[in-house]
Amino acid sequence: MARKKTLAVVTGISGRLGQLLARRLHRREGTRVIGIDRRAFTRRPADIEHLRIDIRRKACEDLFRTRKVDVIYHLGLMHDPRKGSGEHHSWNLLGTQQILEFAQRYGVPKVVILSTADVYGAMADNPAFITEDAPLLGAQRFAALRDLIAVDMFAQSYFWKYPEIETVVLRPAHILGGVNNAISNYLRLQRIPVLMGFDPLLQVLHEEDAVTAILAAARPGVRGVFNVVGPEALPLRTLVGLTGRPRIELPHFLAPGVADRLFRFRFADFPAAETDYLRYAATLDGSRARSQLQFRPRFGVAEAVRAALRTEVFDGGVEATSHGVVG
Amino acid sequence: MPRSEFLQNIEKLQRIGMALSQQLVDWTEPHHRRSLTDRMAREASGMASELATLLLAPGGYQLPREELDRRIAHLLSNENLSEFGTDPFGFAPERMRGIVPILEFMYRVWFRVEAHDIHRVPSGRCLIVGNHSGQLPFDGAMIGAGLFLDRDPPRMMRSMVEKFATSLPFFGEFILRCGQVTGLPDNARRLLEAEECVVVFPEGARGVSKPFRDRYRMTPFGHGFMRLALRTDTPIVPVAVVGAEEQTLQLFDFHWLAKALRSPAMPITPLTPLLGPLSLVPSPVKYRIYYGEPLRFEGDPDDDEAVIASKVAEVRGSIQRMLDRGLAERKGWFI
Repeated sequence: MARKKTLAVVTGISGRLGQLLARRLHRREGTRVIGIDRRAFTRRPADIEHLRIDIRRKACEDLFRTRKVDVIYHLGLMHDPRKGSGEHHSWNLLGTQQILEFAQRYGVPKVVILSTADVYGAMADNPAFITEDAPLLGAQRFAALRDLIAVDMFAQSYFWKYPEIETVVLRPAHILGGVNNAISNYLRLQRIPVLMGFDPLLQVLHEEDAVTAILAAARPGVRGVFNVVGPEALPLRTLVGLTGRPRIELPHFLAPGVADRLFRFRFADFPAAETDYLRYAATLDGSRARSQLQFRPRFGVAEAVRAALRTEVFDGGVEATSHGVVG
Repeated sequence: MPRSEFLQNIEKLQRIGMALSQQLVDWTEPHHRRSLTDRMAREASGMASELATLLLAPGGYQLPREELDRRIAHLLSNENLSEFGTDPFGFAPERMRGIVPILEFMYRVWFRVEAHDIHRVPSGRCLIVGNHSGQLPFDGAMIGAGLFLDRDPPRMMRSMVEKFATSLPFFGEFILRCGQVTGLPDNARRLLEAEECVVVFPEGARGVSKPFRDRYRMTPFGHGFMRLALRTDTPIVPVAVVGAEEQTLQLFDFHWLAKALRSPAMPITPLTPLLGPLSLVPSPVKYRIYYGEPLRFEGDPDDDEAVIASKVAEVRGSIQRMLDRGLAERKGWFI
């Protein structure tokens, strides 16, 4: 083959989305994949290199100095509500800053950052179509989102600071599948709590579709922020109904307290602020991704729900990081 | 609450009490008493005969089953519906089936609505702009009911509802499923671009919660609807609702209690001490709803306030003329 192989670096490769992305890249002709993750990469294809290092360490820079990287997929954002906020902050912000600095210093032409639609927040006065220009108010009631918002905005500053790098920020809707995130864990509960008198619209995205969007974002010429939306929005109760599992109706004024106690005593993995999503809609306008990334979801809601229920909960090893979507 | 405001409230109550007792004394005078009893008798007999014709009519006042199905099928033919039966704003046309009997009761029996020229509401995008009154927005509900029950083909009203209402449990979810939308400029624009029929009350909460003594005096109009109509090239249908002002006799608005409860208003009527919130149940006044000729405006949506204001004044004037006509035509509150 005359053409040189493209070299793709995937951070957070040991996570579910990281693994799916790595496999899809690996299947492509002419792409070499190097993964960076502190966690082990189980069932790793032999020719995918895996560096078990911390992005913030110097060893990481050596990779970029010695190899000509063509594209960075930055999926290695941490959002584990059980982790301390200090570690979170440093991992997410310093990690992202490092990645973008390396890109600039060593001439990586393309960086794709997987942010999350949670940065917008679920609020009563959300418009029915949240565009990419909407203010990022997610931390208003959910302080743990602050560093993800900071990362998102920090990445945006690179659009004008280093216009020679094509920086893409993706904000996917709730990803369903074997991922360890709030919505998938929620649907995997044996009895699924909903709030009495509330039934917001929700948008879900199949994990394979999320990967498709990430790959589409890596095409040359693409830059900017994109909401990534799967099939049409549906009411929460309809979504819960698709799991075939029983619902528990909770009064909304009790829910945060109950959720908080369940979380503290480790019966459930959702911080209390997540109950906002059971109350208010946060539906995105996905038209930009449709027109500029030509992104079309392949999987319907039913398939996405099946994917969340079928897969055994992904265990990311010692540090359970999720990818983009709050977990 | 600052002390001075408290004293002002007390004074206001005293003034209202004085006025009321004066009114009561007036009514005990012989000629007033006679005219009042005459009027009560006239209104009661008028209302009774209207109700009798309505309820005794063959087939009743409700839409025949197949007609209702046809109307709901028309709403279901909207291409914006998802496979789960909701549109992007959460409207589920199937839900209409459950509420139509309630709407029909309110529209035909309780308020006995007379809708004039409802066919002036065009197909395709349009912005219905009306006067707002009655403490609780039954005027909006009756415009919506009319568009579904009396217009052919039916249209779904999409009104802009206060965030306070859409975030309430049960009620919020209910009105969202029934096609109403949280009042945000972006939502209104998207609805119009989807060729929907949007209802707005530019007086907003000021208009709906004004005291009884200010009835049929429209409060100032906001300008947002005009900029929206210009931006989206939407015809404006002015609407006047006559009758809703008398459904609740609001004496004053209990501001600080409203603030404490985060409600937009806390209207106090003569019956509030007796009935509490039930005093807001509207009395069965007769509604007259006048639909005006669609108005088309042209110009820059980002023009100066003064330019926009003159266009807004044109809409307001048109509503005012229809209000005057309606007030002149009616003979009482209930007939």
